[in-house]
Amino acid sequence: MSNAVSALGNVSYNGFAQISEIGPIGMISLRAKPDVKGLDKAIKAAVGTKVPAARQMEGAQERFAGWMSPDEYLLVMPYADTGAAMAAIDKALKGQHYLAAVVSDARAVFRVTGEKADQVLAKLSPVDFANLGAQELRRTRAAQVAAAFWRDDSGYTLVCFRSVATYMMGLLSHSAMTGSEL
Amino acid sequence: MSTRLSKGGRLIDRSKVQNFTFNGTAMRGYQGDTLAAALLANDQMLVGRSFKYHRPRGIVGSGPEEPNALVNLGRAGRSEPNQRATTTELFDGLECASQNHWPSLNYDVGVINNTLARFLPGGFYYKTFMYPRAAWKHLFEPIIRASAGLGKPPQEPDADRYEQAYAFCDVLIIGGGIAGLQAALIAGTAGLRVILLEQNAHWGGRAPVDGDVVDGMPAAEWVAKALQDLDKMTNVTLRNRCTGAGVYDHGYVLADEKVADHTPGDGRPKHRLWRIRAGQILTATGAIERPLSFAGNDIPGVMLAASTRDFVVNFAVSPGDRTVIVTNNDDAYRTAIALHEAGLSVPCIVDARSTVTGDLPLRAKALGLRIATGMGIAKVSGGKRVTKVALCMQAGEGAVIEEIACEAVAMSGGWSPVVHLWSHCGGKLTWDTTHAHFRPDATRPPTGADGAAMVVALGAANGAMTAADAMVDAANGTQLALKALGFDAKPKIVSSAAPVQEAEMEPVWIMPYGAGVKLKSKMWLDYQNDVKVSDVQLAAREGYSSVEHTKRYTTLGMATDQGKLSNINGLAILADARNAEIPQVGTTTFRPPYTPVTLGALAGESRGEIFQPLRMTPMHAWHQTQGAYFEPVGLWRRPYTFPRGGETHAQSVAREVNNTRNALGLLDASTLGKIIVKGPDAGRFLDMLYTGVMSSLPIGKCRYGLMCSEQGFLSDDGVVARIDDETWLCHTTSGGADRIHAWMEDWLQCEWWDWQVYTANITEQLAQVAVVGPNARKLLEKMGGMDVSKETLPFMQWADGTLGGFAVRVYRISFSGELSYEIAVAASEGAAFWAALHAAGAELGAMPYGTEALHIMRAEKGFIMIGDETDGTIIPQDLNLGWAISKKKADFLGKRGQERTYLASEDRWKLAGFETLDGSVIPDGSYILAPGLNANGQGNTQGRVTSTYFSPTLGRGIAMGLIKGGLARMGDVVDFNTLSGAPIKAKVVDPVFYDKDGEKQNV
Repeated sequence: MSNAVSALGNVSYNGFAQISEIGPIGMISLRAKPDVKGLDKAIKAAVGTKVPAARQMEGAQERFAGWMSPDEYLLVMPYADTGAAMAAIDKALKGQHYLAAVVSDARAVFRVTGEKADQVLAKLSPVDFANLGAQELRRTRAAQVAAAFWRDDSGYTLVCFRSVATYMMGLLSHSAMTGSEL
Repeated sequence: MSTRLSKGGRLIDRSKVQNFTFNGTAMRGYQGDTLAAALLANDQMLVGRSFKYHRPRGIVGSGPEEPNALVNLGRAGRSEPNQRATTTELFDGLECASQNHWPSLNYDVGVINNTLARFLPGGFYYKTFMYPRAAWKHLFEPIIRASAGLGKPPQEPDADRYEQAYAFCDVLIIGGGIAGLQAALIAGTAGLRVILLEQNAHWGGRAPVDGDVVDGMPAAEWVAKALQDLDKMTNVTLRNRCTGAGVYDHGYVLADEKVADHTPGDGRPKHRLWRIRAGQILTATGAIERPLSFAGNDIPGVMLAASTRDFVVNFAVSPGDRTVIVTNNDDAYRTAIALHEAGLSVPCIVDARSTVTGDLPLRAKALGLRIATGMGIAKVSGGKRVTKVALCMQAGEGAVIEEIACEAVAMSGGWSPVVHLWSHCGGKLTWDTTHAHFRPDATRPPTGADGAAMVVALGAANGAMTAADAMVDAANGTQLALKALGFDAKPKIVSSAAPVQEAEMEPVWIMPYGAGVKLKSKMWLDYQNDVKVSDVQLAAREGYSSVEHTKRYTTLGMATDQGKLSNINGLAILADARNAEIPQVGTTTFRPPYTPVTLGALAGESRGEIFQPLRMTPMHAWHQTQGAYFEPVGLWRRPYTFPRGGETHAQSVAREVNNTRNALGLLDASTLGKIIVKGPDAGRFLDMLYTGVMSSLPIGKCRYGLMCSEQGFLSDDGVVARIDDETWLCHTTSGGADRIHAWMEDWLQCEWWDWQVYTANITEQLAQVAVVGPNARKLLEKMGGMDVSKETLPFMQWADGTLGGFAVRVYRISFSGELSYEIAVAASEGAAFWAALHAAGAELGAMPYGTEALHIMRAEKGFIMIGDETDGTIIPQDLNLGWAISKKKADFLGKRGQERTYLASEDRWKLAGFETLDGSVIPDGSYILAPGLNANGQGNTQGRVTSTYFSPTLGRGIAMGLIKGGLARMGDVVDFNTLSGAPIKAKVVDPVFYDKDGEKQNV
């Protein structure tokens, strides 16, 4: 039985771009140095990808690994898969120095879509979108809170802390109001 | 009178009439007008009153330099004071009113200050501050406050919304005149990312008005073509109505875009504040014309020559049938020619120079205009508008030679480059003797992170004062910037402007040169703040030799226009009075913003619901539906209490305490900080962080711990659970989670970087519920799924399992003194779990309780609270927590700090409990009185209250506090002070008021 619900019950907003809160999505925070033996196997077993390079993501929408810092990775997967992934990580890194923690529930996830989705985020985050790589995982802030986002098919997926989901929805909606295109 | 001409006006559309009101009077203008142009077209020459003397004030300029034409724009939620009419675009339905007058603009009582002007000299404020002391408060301040001032602050919340946006570029060009456009074409063609900003709605700056010719085309035509070309470049962004407001370190620029000032209420943001990071900043900000200092130069109808031309050419507005030109340079002749071509009369061009030789004077002569060389204006006559001017010899003392009747005077004292943006981040200036102005010193530019120039000034802003020179300078400057960015290609396209031969200007700081005090007392430098030539000279005589001091003493340049017109003239007067050269005197400091930026734009989206992030737990919505009263805990909002029916907060809190002690209380404890610490060195690390020993904690058990700063002061507390061999879970206070996590990372990354420890802040991963009270175990047993008996899960242990189908981790810990379980569940299931507990607990008397009941119950048990018992100056020993400090450990953070004599002293105030003799509650913040007075004649103290509550359990006031002697004082009766009167008597007691042996929590 799962009673898991996302922070805002998947609300949405339509302005010059579309905002929707999605999730919950499975996430694991994996802390390990890149040269730790078994890291590649652990990430492969958890999400089926290579170890991502600095600021990059490996994998596709549903399952990917992202680089968060010189000793931290974010593994993204369907919500129900974190248990098996944790077990696989523990197996691959047994005896090594690492820390893996499920953080699916600590996060709120938003999709910002539409031709001008980048303009919504450009009002909140000091990010140069012209130089944002296709596979880049951008850690930044949105107005007053920490956030991270990346490109996807029709816009961006943004992650922030769950407790500020209402604030984030307010920010994104305000920034996407029709008539305020940049 | 000023009026609209029958034809012309390159910016107005006569088919689109716009109705507006000024002081309630209905007026008409056209689309494309500025408010100033429309006011003049309606013969509204008088637009306001000055700050100090309430002198009549008319429009002087046509742009952001305007000091006088400040209006209160709009009303109610769109009321804005001090809006410059010269930069306000007219729109249909605009309402505005003049400022600083009473009872009306035409009949102002405050003008009496004018006749008392000799009592309000330079330095007036400082003089009245000094002596006699009582005079300021009782005599001057009330009068000054009543009569001084400009607009009134709006009374209603702003009806509009604002936003900010970030942008990045290689080249940011500020100013969309021909120099800025030249730069944009060159940088754009080179393929760089370019942003070009223009403060006005239209492009091209002065060139179209001045009749410049670029690439063989009239300037307006060239501007249109340049814009077309730039539009085609995807790497170039054009933004008009966007003022470059400030230049900051590392190529950072703030720009204020007036998105919807001219279309209020259309749903768009009113302003947008751009935060731009640029590789190179090019300032093509033009120049500002200077007034001339002659007597009566502030009478409505006296305007800057180029601005007069702007009104004629751009808006087809005549300043009056007869305009006298007064100048020290050739440029003003353009105004004479423009007026003449518009069919208006120019009775005389008064030129302070003894000879005139340039192309423009020759053209004026050829048109039959009279030029009076070597002459000046002795005096302008008129009250609320100009009636005539008296001419004199510029070299003389002002003997009137001739009087000329006129409606307007167009003056030009030369031009000052707009060096503000160049100067904001440290760019230095050099004095240009040819043009008598300060211009950017290219050898001392503002520098970026690499120590190289980050700003290049172009065109008139760089002192290239003719169109031809400006275009060359813009091309050169742009190439310089491109080179700095690593592009060394020669520009493919460079446009050029046709040269016009202009003779040199001649600096004129006082007109006439030998004017006496009487004339100088009527020569205005700062129109808005009423600073005259005589005031600056007085300041110099009184010893104010520094320009910065003189500015503040006289208030020169301190008004909303920040001295755009008065700066250079004022410091020239000061230099003259000091017998010094102008460059020796120097300028005052230019600080951002260039023109005022509204607070709304600076606040951006941070208003109302999104003023600041409010953190909410997964159960927040439930709390709201139950009518919880919230209190802030850091950025969290936590339920303080859950009032029912008509309960007061005191009543509901008492009910929550009693219900929890007697039946079952549920607390949303999700905000509690939770940090995983893992690694081979994790135990060693925690032993350093906590005052106690955590490495020895057996797996499955919990231990209370204290954390101190290096200084030894108590910083945070919480229960630590040992998860496995290498893993601990540290609970922190609600407000301390992020701070403690950062503290841990700081030590791990900066000091003990070779220790093998990782941390993860999982505070928000888990919802946490405290199930508290005699029925707590019954509820968990009813939920079912795991053994929570005393034997399997004793006090200070934890276990994983399921309850009612939810995967949980259960901690047997208690902050209330009751049988208590804290249960962690995935945050996504937190709301469901909370609801399930309430459903199952209903028959057991389950009720939610808030933070106030939590506080009371912990105080009844004598448990300390970080932030109540601690304030950054308290060590654990002060709170009788010595038992939680390891004596065996060689070191921990704070150990050495606590050994310092002052902290180790036996004399420190220490924690004790207090019971009032009459059962009342000691007021928060109360001190314990001691006999005698201190050195300041204040009563001595010997302690203070730290937590004070009415205890529903005991039916009386209880308190914890610090007292000299601590628990050794047990039994003493002491006095706590109150604000209202007699002290409250209280007995020193043990701080544990309830269940001292802990039998209740240990069942």
